[in-house]
Amino acid sequence: MDLYQHLFAPFADYGFMRRALVACLALALGSGPIGTFLVLRRMSLMGDAISHAILPGAAIGFLVAGLSLWAMSLGGLVVGLTVALLAGLISRVTDLREDASLAGFYLMSLAAGVLIVSLRGSNVDLLHVLFGSILSVNDQALLLVAGIASLTLIVLAVIYRPLVAECFDSGFLRAVAGHGSLYHVIFLVLVVLNLVAGFQALGTLMAVGLMMLPAAAARFWAIEVWSLTALSIAIAFVSGWSGLLISYNYDLPSGPAIILTAGSFYIASIVLGRHGSIRARFFPGTHFHAR
Amino acid sequence: MKKICSLLALALLTFASPALSAPLNVVASFSVLGDMVQEVGGQDITLSVLVGPDGDAHTFEPAPIDAKLLHNADLIVMNGLELEKWMEKLVRASGTKADILIASEGVTPRKMNEDGQTIPDPHAWQDLTNGVIYIRNIEGALAKADPSHADDYKANAARLLTKLGALDTWTRAEIATVPEAKRKVITTHDAFGYFGAAYGVTFLAPAGISTEAEATAGNLARLIDQIKQEKIKALFIENMSDPRLMDTIAHETGAEMGGELYSDALSAASGPAPTYPAMFENNVPKLVAAMKLN
Repeated sequence: MDLYQHLFAPFADYGFMRRALVACLALALGSGPIGTFLVLRRMSLMGDAISHAILPGAAIGFLVAGLSLWAMSLGGLVVGLTVALLAGLISRVTDLREDASLAGFYLMSLAAGVLIVSLRGSNVDLLHVLFGSILSVNDQALLLVAGIASLTLIVLAVIYRPLVAECFDSGFLRAVAGHGSLYHVIFLVLVVLNLVAGFQALGTLMAVGLMMLPAAAARFWAIEVWSLTALSIAIAFVSGWSGLLISYNYDLPSGPAIILTAGSFYIASIVLGRHGSIRARFFPGTHFHAR
Repeated sequence: MKKICSLLALALLTFASPALSAPLNVVASFSVLGDMVQEVGGQDITLSVLVGPDGDAHTFEPAPIDAKLLHNADLIVMNGLELEKWMEKLVRASGTKADILIASEGVTPRKMNEDGQTIPDPHAWQDLTNGVIYIRNIEGALAKADPSHADDYKANAARLLTKLGALDTWTRAEIATVPEAKRKVITTHDAFGYFGAAYGVTFLAPAGISTEAEATAGNLARLIDQIKQEKIKALFIENMSDPRLMDTIAHETGAEMGGELYSDALSAASGPAPTYPAMFENNVPKLVAAMKLN
């Protein structure tokens, strides 16, 4: 009964808590696998860069159509994709590495976004608009987030093998199939889509947190790609759940509460994880049950 | 050419005649004050407003042009009571020599509790009797800065004060049509403390006093409980906040959205509340209609 009171009652009592929890589940299902692949492909900072590129896109959507879910998502999607693809293209046709060209493009689009917003004169509270709140997720936003999560899982299932192959040996895939860059592009589209979904619920910057922190934490516990993915989904969802409860019980803003919970999973994994953690490296013989 | 010359001569004559040529340069910090200053100053001043219609004076980020405006100003009018926290820095950066009028001087400040800290509530203009104090302060400052037009300012202010007096009476009469137990309203942030105290309406808000504060799950849950318990139906968003949070609350409690209230900023000229008195003429009927549903 007491456990029920603590863990479930808030969700049973309040519709907004339920919707927030479902949004977390959908985000976890989409972002978990994407984050895992980003970590495996050494593109962890890419998500961060692309999320910055989404922000001005959403701002433009807001300026054009007001507080419309679809306009802001579309704006974020278009600008995010443009930046991601342009960066990839530039790195292929010039000598510049992808991370450098991405940095260049996202900084430009971020600056352009700030410029466009301030041109409008009125500074409507953009923090609230751009840093969406998981407490005010409505049915529309929920559909969008769930739809993107479903699409992500389906597409990932289809391109799973080539994507994994490319993670570990991109030259091999190019040699046998010649489609390496195609899978890369599809993957980039998924990254942007998931960040747009996360932006609706958590805001652009927090969305990257739910994508990267669970995936990074999972690296200390699992080795296979499937287990990494499953574990990061689980960590992301549990972070969402406990973050919401913390926000409920201790009056803390929910977005940061969720991300910091994921962050504490990450820190704990660094220290205690099974593979490559501080414990595994410096105290290889010790286990929890040893004492 | 001849025509232009004669026009120029005429213009010179009209402007140069009383004492000084250029009209007084006045900068007001945000739209509500801007309207007051414009009404009192009339034709004799050039007014610039830093935070324009629908802008949020709590979270304003000044641009270099704003510093330039301050630098060239003869008089700066701001609200005070910690509304424009960015002003002090901006004034220092601009190196202006203008006089600064704190329009809320003489108002009895209400205290507000935000996150355990007691801070002054800056939204004093929401009480029309405070509006009278603002107008008197503005009139005094304008007359001091430009004594040659003091009579004009006095006449303008007197006209506006009569209007505010009538508006105050009307507001009280309108609110009085709602039974006392039903005078409860939900808004997105605590901007109506003075209004509530002056006219006997209880305002409940999901976030703290400032739009900077982020709503928490716990806060939201308590508010929803309260709305259900007290059977409040009057739900309002302000002209600059995130309406999604209000949608959530409406969805959860069955309360109805009562339309837009203007609290911290006026609307654009084409909107429903382009002036200070129009703000009340917009807000009061909406509040009354919604509270009657409670």
